[in-house]
Amino acid sequence: MVEQIKPPSNGRPKLAVYKFSSCDGCQLGLLNLEDELLDLVGQVEVAYFLEARRRELPPPYDIGLVEGSISTPEEEHRIHKIRHDCKFLVAIGACATSGGIQALRNYADIEEFTRCVYANPQYIRTLDTATPIASHVFVDFELRGCPVNPHQLLELVSSALIGRKPNIPTHSICIDCKRRGLACVLVSQGQPCLGPITHTGCGALCPSFGRPCYGCYGPMDQPNINSLGDRFGKQGRKPREIKLMLRSFNGYLEPFKQASEHYERLEQA
Amino acid sequence: MSDSNRPEQARTIRVGALARVEGEGALHLAMRDGKVDLVKLEIYEPPRFFEAFLRGRDFREVPDITARICGICPVAYQMSACHALEKAMSIANDVDPAIRTLRNLLYCGEWIESHVLHIFMLHLPDFLGYESAISMAADHAPTVKRALRLKKLGNAIVAAVAGRCVHPINVCVGGFYSPLSEQAAAGLLPETRACLDEMCDLTLFLAQKLQYPDFERDYEFVALCPDNEYPMNQGRIKSSRGLNIDQQEFGEAIEERHVEHSTALHAVIKGRGSYMVGPLSRLNLNADKLHQRAAELLPKVCKAVGKELPWRNNFLSLPARAIETVHSLALAADILAAYKKPARSFVPVTPRAGAGAHGTEAPRGICWHRYSTGPTGAIESARIIPPTAQNQMTIEEDLWKMAEQVKSLSDDQACHRCEHLIRNYDPCISCSVHFLKFDRRWK
Repeated sequence: MVEQIKPPSNGRPKLAVYKFSSCDGCQLGLLNLEDELLDLVGQVEVAYFLEARRRELPPPYDIGLVEGSISTPEEEHRIHKIRHDCKFLVAIGACATSGGIQALRNYADIEEFTRCVYANPQYIRTLDTATPIASHVFVDFELRGCPVNPHQLLELVSSALIGRKPNIPTHSICIDCKRRGLACVLVSQGQPCLGPITHTGCGALCPSFGRPCYGCYGPMDQPNINSLGDRFGKQGRKPREIKLMLRSFNGYLEPFKQASEHYERLEQA
Repeated sequence: MSDSNRPEQARTIRVGALARVEGEGALHLAMRDGKVDLVKLEIYEPPRFFEAFLRGRDFREVPDITARICGICPVAYQMSACHALEKAMSIANDVDPAIRTLRNLLYCGEWIESHVLHIFMLHLPDFLGYESAISMAADHAPTVKRALRLKKLGNAIVAAVAGRCVHPINVCVGGFYSPLSEQAAAGLLPETRACLDEMCDLTLFLAQKLQYPDFERDYEFVALCPDNEYPMNQGRIKSSRGLNIDQQEFGEAIEERHVEHSTALHAVIKGRGSYMVGPLSRLNLNADKLHQRAAELLPKVCKAVGKELPWRNNFLSLPARAIETVHSLALAADILAAYKKPARSFVPVTPRAGAGAHGTEAPRGICWHRYSTGPTGAIESARIIPPTAQNQMTIEEDLWKMAEQVKSLSDDQACHRCEHLIRNYDPCISCSVHFLKFDRRWK
């Protein structure tokens, strides 16, 4: 059920934007809404958005957008306070919904990683894992993508203001390709395309540029990964290649995670 | 705070999370007996270990993966990665001029969107006395709208050439998956020309109307210096104090120090110390190679701000960025006007064992990558030196000087002055790092 974000009696609904371990690209999506930005900040009170403004208004906030994954002890603590401060909390982007590319550490020895990058590993305070927001607190909605689609961000905020369910489709990239009349890069060119198992959101961007989808919006609902993996196998792709394809920007999100572990076992067999 | 104006005592300033920068960090200033005792720019952007997890990945994945270091300047990471890996794969000399031109067009798009975002949305509020562009828009709506138009055009160029403006998808080692169509190029041209005129006008407005604090230091400026073009994708690395090295040598010429208060490594020139990268360095070292439209504007801007080049005041990075935006728009218009779809959009690559290093000019300064690969093209080692890490020690040194100037001000005013100074660098702390907590206490 969706409840309308009712404006407080003294003004507009308050929006907060937070950053955890990430690249800033998803929150930049808000600033990249050049045509809608001034209207948007007229409809909501931007109460906390460090990348854009210095002023902070005190909580509670009506809508909280969280970018990034949880990868340090400080972040693990901070996300609980944020959940407490926000009525409607949305995880935006692959880092916040899957752990992101930095979740590759989850398969590695973090001490070895730290030694690889930093001369003085003792200065580095980090967790062994990078995990999505929903692993730590309840989130009201998850918006996929690496990066998120700014128009979906706008839809999300608008729908919350009106009090309806956000219209965010969940079908596979394949459907978008068919709708756009794009030649299938998997069937016609034999390229390893993750489109059949990947969540929509980009509008089949990669196939429209002649390259296979690499899954930056993560898994669609109930994907048939086995079937696609078999097809890749028949094209001569090795388990290791399939593992790496699944284990990228959303590699720690089920069922990509489980499937990548399956191909890792085949690789080692 | 009642005791803020008692310089006879010691106090500590701690700036909390710094706003209007891309990342997370904090600043500590401590003063004792009226003197600055300690300056620490703390970067607490969580470590993300790119150089570690790139090992074992296929070289073709690197441009897509390193783009994710920074959502503000992904093109810089993609360009540096492609150039370095093309050297490792021994195809660097085979890349067609048409592909190089398209890369410059892509970089123009990123410079435009990133510079305009920083000038108008993040930096200008400091000069005009607003806490943000959101508040500023209430009084300066026409200027903000003009800026949004320019930013949109920059993003549109990146999206046309490479698919989307954050984490573009059309860039590959060897070139582009698919070439820009002539129709798309023609479609962008009128708006690019219109924005060029707008930006020339806005540059003069910025130069004439803003007060630039007097804050000179004797920096060592470091930038790419190609022979016959303003730096973006290539060139030897030179400095204002005689550094003149090949791209491959940069990693040896500088040393990265890991300090306790920062997850960004501090870079220094070996045997010399701190240096500055970014628009001021590029302009000081390459002003003679600006596009004619920007070159025509430069004397007027110098006159308006009352300083001839070289500029040794990083508050002038704002007009420097504006001039570079004019340059990028003019160059983009030229490339679009002359555009013919290239015969091929990429050079085929055969995986091999090798190593290569290359830096390109991110909007914030040199972004340098080095990779080695195994026989199947799997990455064996990666080293990435992002621009903000290179500037970090220079920022701290600036802050020592600034702390002396602001010690009699209230905490709030002192904090604001220090933040303004830090924003001169357009610190993109996601590159390794994020921004600023300010805390000052009398001891």
